[in-house]
Amino acid sequence: MSDPGSAAAPADWPLYEVFIRSRSGLEHKHVGSLHAADARMAVEHARDVYTRRQEGVSIWVVRSADIVASDPADADALFEPARDKVYRHPTFYAIPDEVKNL
Amino acid sequence: MYTQALDTHGREPVPAAEAAGPAARFQARIDAEEKIEPKDWMPEAYRQTLIRQISQHAHSEIVGMLPEGNWITRAPTLRRKAVLIAKVQDEGGHGMYLYSAAETLGVSRAQLIDQLLSGAAKYSSIFNYPTLTWADVGAIGWLVDGAAIMNQIPICRCSYGPYARAMVRICKEESFHQRQGFEIMLTLAQGSAAQHAMAQDALNRWWWPSIMMFGPPDGDSKHTAQSMAWKIKRFSNDELRQKFIDVTVPQAQFLGLTIPDPGLRWDEPSQHFQIGPIDWSEFYAVLKGNGPCNRERLEARRAAHAAGAWVREAAAAYAAKHSGRTPAGTNS
Amino acid sequence: MSGGAVAPVQGERALGEALCRYVLRLADTSLVLGQRLGEWVGHGPALEEDLGLANLALDLIGQARLLLTYAGEVEGKGRDEDALAYLRDAPEFLNLQLAEQPNGDFAQTIVRQWLIDCWQLEIYADLAGSSDGRLAAIAAKAVKETRYHHRFSSGWLARLGDGTAESRARTRAALDSLWRFTAELFAADEVDERMTAAGIAAPLAPAAERWRARVATDLDAATLALPPPPQYPWHGRRGVHTEHLGHLLGEMQHLQRAYPGVRW
Repeated sequence: MSDPGSAAAPADWPLYEVFIRSRSGLEHKHVGSLHAADARMAVEHARDVYTRRQEGVSIWVVRSADIVASDPADADALFEPARDKVYRHPTFYAIPDEVKNL
Repeated sequence: MYTQALDTHGREPVPAAEAAGPAARFQARIDAEEKIEPKDWMPEAYRQTLIRQISQHAHSEIVGMLPEGNWITRAPTLRRKAVLIAKVQDEGGHGMYLYSAAETLGVSRAQLIDQLLSGAAKYSSIFNYPTLTWADVGAIGWLVDGAAIMNQIPICRCSYGPYARAMVRICKEESFHQRQGFEIMLTLAQGSAAQHAMAQDALNRWWWPSIMMFGPPDGDSKHTAQSMAWKIKRFSNDELRQKFIDVTVPQAQFLGLTIPDPGLRWDEPSQHFQIGPIDWSEFYAVLKGNGPCNRERLEARRAAHAAGAWVREAAAAYAAKHSGRTPAGTNS
Repeated sequence: MSGGAVAPVQGERALGEALCRYVLRLADTSLVLGQRLGEWVGHGPALEEDLGLANLALDLIGQARLLLTYAGEVEGKGRDEDALAYLRDAPEFLNLQLAEQPNGDFAQTIVRQWLIDCWQLEIYADLAGSSDGRLAAIAAKAVKETRYHHRFSSGWLARLGDGTAESRARTRAALDSLWRFTAELFAADEVDERMTAAGIAAPLAPAAERWRARVATDLDAATLALPPPPQYPWHGRRGVHTEHLGHLLGEMQHLQRAYPGVRW
């Protein structure tokens, strides 16, 4: 049995990120993370922790280590160019009010 | 209350020798009510303060399972038993959301648990008091959860995204906790003479510790100014404490119970309830580790953790055998 | 006793009494097991397991409440769920002896849970088709909960049985100590026979076979050996209990006994 006061903190079970689809028709939303020894346990823990109030029809768990994220430092390079392409936004185009369904 | 440790312990956050540029831009984002997310640049002191505050909050939820868990097996009706289990389960869940939020700041759950079990980390002083009767379960729901809600709602707007989102989730679940407690107190206060006395006794023992949950007076709180500037703390200790008193005194009057404070009076000019003097020596003693249950709470957590080691190891070993990965040490 | 020559009212009363006992057996098993799991809260091996065990406890207490309420109605003496839970003494409880065994270590708790989960899976699945509409409805809800419970407990059985040397030793010890209590699980008596004759409960022999098959599969996944069928004639279902139940009830019932006749 490991000594609770041991100098080196014992390793955790791996960290998983949890995504829940709360209702059919919605997308999965990130709700938090949890530790589990394996994927099956991760799904069960996700169910126990994040769907106590029937907030779920579908659960995805992904090992945090497997997530590839954009780097905020690259935010300018990744996202700035999209900001000045205003023609992608519907408000860029002036349509007379009389024209319906546009 | 989750800033109790920050208010009374520790050094000033080290003013970083960071370039004025990033720090100023960071503060500008805060001032503009933007949310800071995990990989964003942040002053090291901001990160450390958040880790301490969030983890103290998480530890409080976990340790908080014990005083109420103490009465699960003795709950006097099946409905009360079920509701109490659900409440304590929620608290465990809240601890989990908060540990998750803390882990986004670069610290692991194992490290945080280690700090708790070694006594290095703090948790809210209130959980170092014993639950001696069934009425204590009601008092905790009514007063302690009531105080917690008062503290937590402003944190839903704190600057750090994961903490704010965890708080939103927690606040949604919290309101049933306070109602459960109040309902218990109401049933007892309106019950037999023995039950009424039980409720009064619980109020006598939990009132002052609940008042002290909000932390030392603003004048004695060391880091409040910085935490407010970073929007980690949104109201001062005294402001929250006053709100709690103003809301709770009428509730006690409704229950027909007497608040154990001969100095309590309504102050017409300020439109607030004024309370008598708080015995801060008790607060500091409890924070130091000399409260009635500090030892027992920590020992219970240490025992659970130690007893669970072989279980956690077995799960890791099984996972390794069945996925081709190396066992334990897969701390990702 | 064959039903044939008995007068209708007497026969009905006898059926009612048998039904009450039958329902109490299920109710008390869920109640006592739920009570045991409640002891774990705050003391589990990991925070996630605390929540998992609490979930199980909540489901079981929920089942107990529904079943006790029904038993009280069938009995017809005005006893509600709390009167039955808090004011009966140990000999009147009809839970499986398995349910009242102490939590012990996590292996003991998991083996106890898994054995009862496998049992409840068969019983509730059959009851969902009962001619008694109330029991059928309760069972239909309970079987969904039990499927999750079994997933949880059999998963842990495998992890502990096939984990480390220590976890395997503890799991084998738990299995050795609890196996004898499985003797009563499908031992049909006159109450069961009445229920079967009335179409309320399914015959137990097929359920026993399915239970044995599932247990064998789960033990195999846990790399543990299936023990031989136990001989153990002391059955909680008949009100014969171990010393543990008295202590469990003493703790559970204390407040109602100390302050009789008040509302909580």
